[in-house]
Amino acid sequence: MASSVPSTPVLKEELDIVIPTIRNLDFLEMWRPFFQPYHLIIVQDGEPSRTIRVPEGFDYDLYNRNDVNRILGPRANCISFKDSACRCFGYLVSKKKYIYTIDDDCFVAKDPSGKDINALEQHIQNLLSPSTPFFFNTLYDPYRDGADFVRGYPFSLREGAPTAVSHGLWLNIPDYDAPTQLVKPLERNTRYVDAVLTIPKGTLFPMCGMNLAFNRELIGPAMYFGLMGDGQPIGRYDDMWAGWCTKVICDHMGWGVKTGLPYIWHSKASNPFVNLKKEYNGIYWQEELIPFFQSLTIPKESKTVQKCYIEISKQVRAKLGKVDPYFNKLADAMVTWIEAWDELNPSGGAASDVLNGPAKAK
Amino acid sequence: MHLFNVQKTLHAGKLTEKILKLFMATGNENILSLIQSLNIQHILLPVLPTKNMSVEIKDNEVDIVITALQPDLTSFMEDWRPIISQFHIIIVKEPGLEEDLQIPQGFDHQIYTGSDIQRIAGHTSITFSGHSCCYIGYLVSQKKYVISIDSDCLPARDKNGCVVDAVAQHIANLQTPATPFFFNTLYDPYRTGADFVRGYPFSLRTGVQCVLSCGLWLNLADYDAPTQAVKPNERNHRYVDAVLTVPARAMMPVSGINIAFDREIMGPTFFPGFRLPEEGKQRWESMEDIWCGLCAKVVGDHLGHGVKSGLPYVWRSASANRGDAFGSLKRGWEGVKLMEEVVPFFQSVRLPRTAVTAEECVFEIAKMVSERLGQSNAVFSKAAAAMIEWVKLWKTVNSQQA
Repeated sequence: MASSVPSTPVLKEELDIVIPTIRNLDFLEMWRPFFQPYHLIIVQDGEPSRTIRVPEGFDYDLYNRNDVNRILGPRANCISFKDSACRCFGYLVSKKKYIYTIDDDCFVAKDPSGKDINALEQHIQNLLSPSTPFFFNTLYDPYRDGADFVRGYPFSLREGAPTAVSHGLWLNIPDYDAPTQLVKPLERNTRYVDAVLTIPKGTLFPMCGMNLAFNRELIGPAMYFGLMGDGQPIGRYDDMWAGWCTKVICDHMGWGVKTGLPYIWHSKASNPFVNLKKEYNGIYWQEELIPFFQSLTIPKESKTVQKCYIEISKQVRAKLGKVDPYFNKLADAMVTWIEAWDELNPSGGAASDVLNGPAKAK
Repeated sequence: MHLFNVQKTLHAGKLTEKILKLFMATGNENILSLIQSLNIQHILLPVLPTKNMSVEIKDNEVDIVITALQPDLTSFMEDWRPIISQFHIIIVKEPGLEEDLQIPQGFDHQIYTGSDIQRIAGHTSITFSGHSCCYIGYLVSQKKYVISIDSDCLPARDKNGCVVDAVAQHIANLQTPATPFFFNTLYDPYRTGADFVRGYPFSLRTGVQCVLSCGLWLNLADYDAPTQAVKPNERNHRYVDAVLTVPARAMMPVSGINIAFDREIMGPTFFPGFRLPEEGKQRWESMEDIWCGLCAKVVGDHLGHGVKSGLPYVWRSASANRGDAFGSLKRGWEGVKLMEEVVPFFQSVRLPRTAVTAEECVFEIAKMVSERLGQSNAVFSKAAAAMIEWVKLWKTVNSQQA
């Protein structure tokens, strides 16, 4: 039987908010009531000489490219430059159990009753309650207040699986690719869908990094956002790449990925022509990438996320290298990332020793 | 130099998609801003919903199937009149019901009684009692699409207080493609105001035919007996404004309370095969629709069709709650226990490539049920037998109608 969470724990000491930025952090003012209790990790992209002003009263660490180079040394080449993919550096250096990452053009949205949405609180609820990846519940999240498992749902599956990822959505400017933006420049997402649901095991999805939270101790090593931006043939596929790797590994480990609430208000529509240039290769390559990820199998002996990830990197090299030499570079970078992860997050924590099978959710 | 070429090409009327791509690939800032200022747009055909995957459904292709478990259908049909009166209606009278049905004027309808059921299917071992008499309605229908709503459900109201036309929504769900191979985070991409999100492969944007539309319920949700017993006062107030495709290979519990499907393609997968020993007339005392739904999902996945879940909602009245949930526990518990075997079974079903119709698929599944589950409980061997009889009956009845 589903039990509802009466009040959401704040998790002040257990969650870091990671924000990539190249411009400014003015958007934080609007988020102050919800974000101020938390430690922020700001990853400054672009020229390190530029000063990013952080509004008063926030507890934060800011890392620019010089810091990335200093901390990672020769391994710094796995962190993208001039692309928000650099945000994954923030996941690397965080010491917390949970991460929430948000873009600097995302603001507080209002629910249909006009109330401000505390996106972070909803993400925490999503992460702390189980997922249901093994059988679809037609009433969506059965652990929400006022909902439950429907008739026909096996009782043995009602304990659910630990939730590794909470993928939030966006009102106003939807996350469309460049061709869709060109065809529908005026479309705004005004539909508030009051649901959280688990994406079934074996199903892939396009993970957007704009409004995303995850259990870093569980799935952190899989959240590598790839090689994008400056000097790379592709952009705007960083979160997609991380999402496909993450979902395949979550499926393998028996963890769940949720999508739906919370909504944020996405204010800025990026230039579709610029986007088209960045995405161009991605649009063609994803036709190969999706079948690749759909048919990917990770050997049973891979019992840690790092091992799963290295396995994936081997198959990327073997099967995608022929699509484009970029994928050989990416496979190398994936290995570098895991090396960096293991160096900065030495084993002994719960993360690297999680055995295959569901961990007990709190 | 490049800029001059763009303008020359434009004036010559020779700016094709391929040439546009070449110009843009130069990355030349002047060219890009010229293109932007002239509002030259890429036409990438796969982005637009293609007509060949969308179908058009006419009113005369739809049957509304209603099960009468009690004789007075007046208020039910009056409440639904604006929504269903333009359709042909099949009313199936529960065989145990003795009184005559009361049906208001102005509906084009046909009634099937116990003696009709006897005539059509009496030679089989399949029983059509309780809610299961609806399957006779599906069998005798001569329309391509069937929409079925329990007679204790009323039209729901959406968040703006407007009455939900559940029939129109089911039709819309069946008309537009399903997208089972990759999850769209903005749910149904064919709805107005939505689309496929970034990262959704273009080759998958045509979608596949949707053959089953599973609606939901406000007020009294479709819970099983244990849940009902523990939470007798819980009501579902949450109107989730979404239709989504249930991904391929993901199994789900399909409720027969509010459902629509392509009868021509999927009819053979809806039958009263999985009957609990002491099944009652309350929804929480039966599971036969859950069994059908699992068959339908497996068959749909195999044939490359899609299943949608979500809108429309119907308002399930608390009169559906009559009866003692605790008492039902004794009856319903058997079904709940059996689900533990049923779900893993269906998750493991792999149909042969040679099965290309729903009839063939159901036949194959029946054999597997017999082999793998038949030993563990008589309910399963009876279900397998019923499935085989149903396929034969389906073929017979449909060839007679043809």
